[in-house]
Amino acid sequence: MYAFELVRPATLDEAVTALGTEEAQALGGGQTLIPTLKQRLAAPAKLVCLGGLAELKGVCIDDDGAVCVGGATPHAVVAAEAAAHYPALAALAGNIGDPAVRNRGTIGGSLANNDPSACYPAAALGSGATIRTVNRDIAADDFFQGMFTTALEDGEIITEVRFPVPERAAYQKFEQPASRFALVGVFVAKYADGVRVAVTGASEGGVFRWAEAEAALSADFSAAAIAGLSLEADMMIGDLHGSPEYRAHLVKVLTGRAVTAAG
Amino acid sequence: MPKDHGIGASSKRREDVRFLTGRGRYTDDINLQGQAHACFVRSQVAHGRLNGVNTDAAAGMPGVIRVFTAADFEGVGGLPCGWQVTDRHGAPMQEPGHPVLATGKVRHVGDPIALVVAETYDQARDAAEAVVVDIEELEPVLDMKAALADGAPKVHDDLTSNLCYDWGFVEENREAVNKAFETAHHVTTLDLVNQRLVPNAMEPRVAIGDYNFATDDSTLYTTSQNPHVIRLLMGAFVLGIPEHKLRVVAPDVGGGFGSKIFHYAEEAAVTFAAKQLRRPVKWTCTRSESFVTDAQGRDHVTKIELALDAEGHFQAIRTETYANMGAYLSTFAPSIPTWLHGTLMAGNYKTPLIYVNVKAVFTNTVPVDAYRGAGRPEATFQLERVIDKAAREIGMDPVELRRKNFITEFPYATPVAVEYDTGDYNATLDKLLEIADVAGFEARLAESKARGKLRGLGINCYIEACGIAPSHLVGQLGARAGLYESATVRVNATGGLVVMTGSHSHGQGHETSFAQVVADMIGIPENMIEIVHGDTANTPMGMGTYGSRSLAVGGSAMVKATNKIIAKARKIAAHLMEASPEDIELKDGRFTVAGTDKSVAWGDVTLAAYVPHNYPLDEIEPGLEETAFYDPNNFTYPAGAYACEVEVDPETGKVTVERFAAADDFGNIVNPMIVDGQVHGGIAQGIGQALLETTTYDEYGQLLSGSYMDYAMPRASDVPFYAVDHSCQTPCTHNPLGVKGCGEAGAIGSPPAVVNAVVDALQRAGMTHITHIDMPLTPSRVWAAMQG
Ligand SMILES: Cc1cc2nc3c(=O)[nH]c(=O)nc-3n(C[C@H](O)[C@H](O)[C@H](O)COP(=O)(O)OP(=O)(O)OC[C@H]3O[C@@H](n4cnc5c(N)ncnc54)[C@H](O)[C@@H]3O)c2cc1C
Repeated sequence: MYAFELVRPATLDEAVTALGTEEAQALGGGQTLIPTLKQRLAAPAKLVCLGGLAELKGVCIDDDGAVCVGGATPHAVVAAEAAAHYPALAALAGNIGDPAVRNRGTIGGSLANNDPSACYPAAALGSGATIRTVNRDIAADDFFQGMFTTALEDGEIITEVRFPVPERAAYQKFEQPASRFALVGVFVAKYADGVRVAVTGASEGGVFRWAEAEAALSADFSAAAIAGLSLEADMMIGDLHGSPEYRAHLVKVLTGRAVTAAG
Repeated sequence: MPKDHGIGASSKRREDVRFLTGRGRYTDDINLQGQAHACFVRSQVAHGRLNGVNTDAAAGMPGVIRVFTAADFEGVGGLPCGWQVTDRHGAPMQEPGHPVLATGKVRHVGDPIALVVAETYDQARDAAEAVVVDIEELEPVLDMKAALADGAPKVHDDLTSNLCYDWGFVEENREAVNKAFETAHHVTTLDLVNQRLVPNAMEPRVAIGDYNFATDDSTLYTTSQNPHVIRLLMGAFVLGIPEHKLRVVAPDVGGGFGSKIFHYAEEAAVTFAAKQLRRPVKWTCTRSESFVTDAQGRDHVTKIELALDAEGHFQAIRTETYANMGAYLSTFAPSIPTWLHGTLMAGNYKTPLIYVNVKAVFTNTVPVDAYRGAGRPEATFQLERVIDKAAREIGMDPVELRRKNFITEFPYATPVAVEYDTGDYNATLDKLLEIADVAGFEARLAESKARGKLRGLGINCYIEACGIAPSHLVGQLGARAGLYESATVRVNATGGLVVMTGSHSHGQGHETSFAQVVADMIGIPENMIEIVHGDTANTPMGMGTYGSRSLAVGGSAMVKATNKIIAKARKIAAHLMEASPEDIELKDGRFTVAGTDKSVAWGDVTLAAYVPHNYPLDEIEPGLEETAFYDPNNFTYPAGAYACEVEVDPETGKVTVERFAAADDFGNIVNPMIVDGQVHGGIAQGIGQALLETTTYDEYGQLLSGSYMDYAMPRASDVPFYAVDHSCQTPCTHNPLGVKGCGEAGAIGSPPAVVNAVVDALQRAGMTHITHIDMPLTPSRVWAAMQG
């Protein structure tokens, strides 16, 4: 780790101000950022800790029935507090990493990082969530812009993520054996106006929606509906854990399983 | 009733109290007065010419005490190799130099180039980043077969090629074996890879050098399985320090699996630097550094052929193996694919003719050396896989085929130069079939099927050579060291004992099991015995802990020394009771004159030894302390049978181990619970190798699986509950305890069981084209195989 200044703002405004300076970076649960610093792969001059901002923490239900998760809410809290309202989301959060990761890691950190193998991006995109920041609301469809890239400006803090609750949904994660991130993860959500299918872990472009499957499942919400579909391996990730062909295959298998699990 | 103390009791591991409560004292827990910190500058490329190292900027950085480069190590010897292998044609292996810091060339990612010593570790690390290294990159040598092609770049320019040796065993049998294959009724051939593994001890390596200029004494604190060996190698070959001026301390050590046997550059570097700077110098390896500096394991590419007659009797075995040495010869590297591998190729079977060919190859990768099992897992894996394949080809039940070829009479001299003293392979196999509930397999298969899963059963046997080793034998085979063990037993005046053993414990529970043995021999409580190990200053010369040798060899030395103690104590007791020593019996800690009720307690005798008022001073000396060395006259041969049941998800290729059973014959057992634990750990490691662990270098020689994000270690949820049994016991015939060793069996016996099971599952599902999948059997590999 290189030396850095640690700022602990008491309010969101203070945090925004602190992040306005050059080489400042938000610190959520630190589950991605701290290991990166330890490896000396990043050298921010200032870390602005969001952990003390009560206004960014917790799960609530808004008037439209959407589940709203504070941007600095740890995975374990989502797993516990969203369970009654959005079980598929809670189950996803409850299966991220290990207990230590879930007690520290936050939804804001996960979405901002947009790791191509992370779980939350699939939930956000699969639910058509809205990512609320200090400045604006960003639709999930516009938020994820490729591996480790998002619509966030420098220093822009995710304050809340709003998940419209579907009629049925499920997330299927096939674990990469070492990291236990998603080798492929598929989030399927059925809304009154159609089905959304979001895929993580698989694509060089990061989380994406599988349009053909969405169309087929919107017409017929059953695993059989996607039997005839297949994905091109072209844009899929190939690494020592799986070839592009394998990932393309898994996307389909897991989509089917997610539909079945959604019931 | 199971015993509650002494030999045969499952005494709780006394060392666990400190390990589990954070009271252990590991090398990194040691901080010496005035200590400075070291960070190594390491090669980021696999192969390159080292044109210059500029330390100017680094030397001026805050806290920097000194930056050492290879030039500072002039006159210092290179790291020695402890075993010389002679090739097929009688020539010695090619043995390259191994400088403490790279000179002329860098040969693998992680090769140390410079050593920065500073007041704090962070300062040393900052300065290490400021060292400017001028490297002209060269094409790396990675693939073993390509490394041997004409015109391949050379890892060591001064060698004639990248071939370390081309070993034939038994060379005289070569032609006869070839002939047997020409006339064989059936030949089964299997090409396989026994992949490279990263040892991943829980505690990374640490070394602290200390020097006392007033006495000219050097001390090295290090994470070692064998402090005396490090003292000998580093003192005599690298730094030129006589043993009486060099102390090596290996305190609590958090696992080694072989990787802490070897003498590493960092140990010599910090000891040297401490003397130059007259300050203690501490280096703690990061986990990332461990991945590119700890000697790795396995890495064999093998073709094995098995010739059978019409009835399924094994006629001959022929193997050709390429064994990766990595960039340099680690301490015992040459012996692993040869003497620890070729000599086990007979397995549990009567095969009259065997020929093993091994080509050891230098590549631009981390050096490879012993890793739990060391050569024996490689032998077992190929043999047990080819037998399974043969059974399928000739349409015979794989269990029957094994039984048909079992060695049943002992002692048995194999055609690969070893003599098995005892064994009963049918007994362990029968026991296995029982504890694995093989009879219930069909029902479980049907149940899996109903859930849409494939199920398979894999069974195999194994044998290993442990208790390494008779010195006279290994000397003939090229070892540059003896392989005896030692113990000093010191009895205190009030009756308690301190046993100083040359064996080192780095997780095996010696402090418990060794105490059980001595307690049993004298008939006193275990808590009267303290086991001391790990410090060359207060233990007799020992060769260390590896090759499942501690109880068989170190324990035997301890028994010998304790017998000397008892003999002397008996004389003292005889004197005290005015009887003759021959009439004195020792039982339950009391000496009794046979046939009388006259007796004295153990404590009376030990007190007399140190307060010799009434004592036969003209016949024996006061005091009660004895040392013994023990050099075995053969290896020990643990053997057994393992069974694994897996489920395979036909859609994803994911394998789950549903059941695992192990029936081992370890001879006599001192502590059944510790033996269970050793087998459990070994099986987990074997399952890790079979399903999870992969050490992958890219085309530039960068380790792709260089962290736990990509290197998959087995976790609790990857393994089932095991059924283990060691009730089949054919005691070793040549050591006083009749023990064989149990530390490596699990890791040796389990990989073929897992792979056999997966292949069985796929075959049962009609995928008859799948006869083998190379480890690790990850979901993607299994799925790819299923695609045909
Ligand atoms: C062992 C381990 C296993 C894991 N397994 C999984 C897994 O299975 N699935 C999975 O999805 N993830 C997994 N993770 C990642 C984990 O979920 C992280 O917590 C998450 O990716 C980052 O969240 P964080 O709060 O820790 O963010 P940090 O590490 O603190 O920050 C990450 C990035 O986000 C930025 N940031 C943080 N908070 C905000 C905010 N509110 N607004 C804007 N930017 C912000 C930071 O500046 C930084 O760039 C794992 C991590 C570990 C260490």
